[in-house]
Amino acid sequence: MKVLMFGWEFPPHIAGGLGTASYGMTRGLAKHGVEVIFVVPKAYGDEDQRFVRVVNASDVETPFGETWQEDIRERLTFIHIDSNMVPYISPEEFTREHEEEVHHPGATHGDVWKERYTFSGKYGSNLMEEVARYAMVAAEVARQYAGLFDVIHAHDWLTYYAGIAAKQVSGKPLVVHMHATEFDRSGDNINQSVYNIERAGMEAADRVIAVSNLTRKIVIDKYGIPANKVVTVHNAVRFDKPAGKEVERGVDDKIVTFLGRITYQKGPDYFIEAAAKVLKRLSNVRFVMAGSGDMLNHVIRRVAKLGIADRFHFTGFLRGEEVQKMFALSDVYVMPSVSEPFGISPLEAMKSNVPVIISKQSGVAEVLDYAVKVDYWDVDALADAIYALVKYPALARMSASRGMVEVTNLKWDNAASEILDVYRSLV
Amino acid sequence: MKTICLYFQVHQPLRLKRYRFFNMGKDHHYLDEASNRAIMQEVAANCYLPMNSLLQELIHKYGNKFKVSFSITGLAIEQFRTYAPEVLDSFRALAATGSVEFLAETYDHSLASLANRDEFISQVEAHSTLIQKEFGQKPTVFRNTELIYSDSIAETVSSMGFKAILTEGAKHILGWKSPNFVYASALDQKLRVLLRNFKLSDDIAFRFSDRSWNEWPLTAERYVSWLTAPDLPGELINLFMDYETFGEHQKASTGIFEFMRYFVDLSLKSKQLKFATPSEAAKKHQPAAIFSSPYPISWADEERDVTAWLGNELQNEAFQTLYKLRDKVVQLNDPDFNYVWNFMQCSDHFYYMATKWFSDGDVHQYFNPYGSPYEAFINYMNVLSDFTIELDRRAALQHAQQASVEEHCVLA
Repeated sequence: MKVLMFGWEFPPHIAGGLGTASYGMTRGLAKHGVEVIFVVPKAYGDEDQRFVRVVNASDVETPFGETWQEDIRERLTFIHIDSNMVPYISPEEFTREHEEEVHHPGATHGDVWKERYTFSGKYGSNLMEEVARYAMVAAEVARQYAGLFDVIHAHDWLTYYAGIAAKQVSGKPLVVHMHATEFDRSGDNINQSVYNIERAGMEAADRVIAVSNLTRKIVIDKYGIPANKVVTVHNAVRFDKPAGKEVERGVDDKIVTFLGRITYQKGPDYFIEAAAKVLKRLSNVRFVMAGSGDMLNHVIRRVAKLGIADRFHFTGFLRGEEVQKMFALSDVYVMPSVSEPFGISPLEAMKSNVPVIISKQSGVAEVLDYAVKVDYWDVDALADAIYALVKYPALARMSASRGMVEVTNLKWDNAASEILDVYRSLV
Repeated sequence: MKTICLYFQVHQPLRLKRYRFFNMGKDHHYLDEASNRAIMQEVAANCYLPMNSLLQELIHKYGNKFKVSFSITGLAIEQFRTYAPEVLDSFRALAATGSVEFLAETYDHSLASLANRDEFISQVEAHSTLIQKEFGQKPTVFRNTELIYSDSIAETVSSMGFKAILTEGAKHILGWKSPNFVYASALDQKLRVLLRNFKLSDDIAFRFSDRSWNEWPLTAERYVSWLTAPDLPGELINLFMDYETFGEHQKASTGIFEFMRYFVDLSLKSKQLKFATPSEAAKKHQPAAIFSSPYPISWADEERDVTAWLGNELQNEAFQTLYKLRDKVVQLNDPDFNYVWNFMQCSDHFYYMATKWFSDGDVHQYFNPYGSPYEAFINYMNVLSDFTIELDRRAALQHAQQASVEEHCVLA
């Protein structure tokens, strides 16, 4: 089985969960003997050069400081498309960031699909154009690699047009993978163009993979995709190294952590309200909010207003090592997400032996039995759960030890075999 | 001629309300009265009342040829009084027929037998007193919570004067032996042991309406033919089950009531089967062998052990924290505190904390007010924390009062 896969990030250059997931998935597929041609956008800065680079897997910097295993190296080909397309950014933000630096003589406005697009090699002036341009390159890739793949697999909306184009050129079946929907990213104020691309991608696809039943339901209910076309394959987690090492603590107090982008989707508000309630009762607890995002200022104001700033700390955005350190310092990890298609970070907390509280509105809740689950809006329940994990050591111990077992069993091997089943059903 | 011994367990826990840590120190009212009332009245309507009237009718028809036995917990009787007095009346009416035996158990359906001998004895005594008061019989046969049995529990029970004890016919204890005989308890052989025939009991209690079961639909004819089959070993068939089987676990629409009526009819017509109460059965049959289990067994789950209540860290922690309070409660001996102390011991609270049900399904889920074992633990511990705070506060107060009285005496 050979797969042409369109992603938009791959370790070590990652901004979020998709890169990690792509890596785990590719490894899992390789173990099942699947060969993957992985296409990723990558900005090289030298715009008038090649648009497509075929990169041998052994030339890619090895993620997590480990060497590629032989079997994966043989089964994985990278294709980098020269593009400044970046994930986790809304079309509006993209325009704002790029309008000044990009001079674009052939800039087209209106519907890029109706125009005859001259492939200038320049980056698109807005994200939608770039998505379209990426799709054209993808079509070219599909043409060049004709006969070398059996299935096309596209991850998230940025690559859906690429997937559709590749399908049109090659006639091979298309699988689109919903890691997040526009509703997860923006609540109900969705960006209509993004929604349209997501829907077009899913309609054109032969199968849609959703990362949780929660996402599957959104896909069926809000995008009108026929249920029999949509399959749930839960994400898994990789253990690159053993659980976090001991970190010396500066304070004796128990530490309750929120770690993630501080945006509407992640529910930081609920964390603060619960913190205030817990702090009324317990003096030996501190709350930490790690991350940044568009709600940060709002959140800081709220903490100040509640008068809990002496016990509520902000760390800003944390990277690799710092994240591990934060987990090692935590006694409780909370993910109160309003809407979370899957949510990989609780799994990382669990593998650092930290008990977790997750919202019932997260996809990961479907695969975890031993996490404490609350409704994101139920601040009382959240406060109660935090209190109990701090106050009743038996609960924290059990939650951590059972959680470790549970998270260890969420293997990409299994997820990959379910994905392989999807491929097989189409070929 | 084989003897059928029917025993039904009647129990409803006092369920706790959602008790957050905010409530601590302010709110000492722990029970979810609305749901206790609703569940009691629902089960009364679906099960207790219709089944009691069916039994009454059968006893009326067959006189003392038909016998049944019940064990009703103190917590259930309290709730009958408060929420469904007509149920208590109908049990009294059954008691008056003389064909019904009432067994002894712990007042609170507790796990005290695994924690503290004194507490266990005092609860059994409290329960026997209640049964005598309500139904006019002094129980002579004992059944422990969830049929939990060990040699040392049996010895305690025997020392209290009971003649027989009920437990599970657990395969891993019995081995090749049949549950269809009376056994003698290992440490005190005067005490008779009656063993549940779990296959035949569960055919009714669990499998009756299971359409994937190859014997479905189970008719009274077929069931009685199993009981009268010549190759069925032994002389006594102990059918022990939860009373809620009738009309609640197995809904009326499954035909469970009709099944029971014809089962009794056909059994008596067969001339090969008769009914007896546990004390009659224990008296009539000679023990076939010694029954011994050094470790506690129960009638729950595949393992037939006590891990459904004391199988994980949460349950052990809650259990130990609870029983650490006993000395204080006994010393204070205040009716309000005794009341809470009693219902907090009910085994159901620990059952809700079981993590086994992630694999071992629906029976644990039945009437479980909690979404997860964690929720159950958190809620229970919050209540227990408040109870502990109050207990200490009251004990300090009592102590201060005594001190001042003594001071008074000295002054006088």
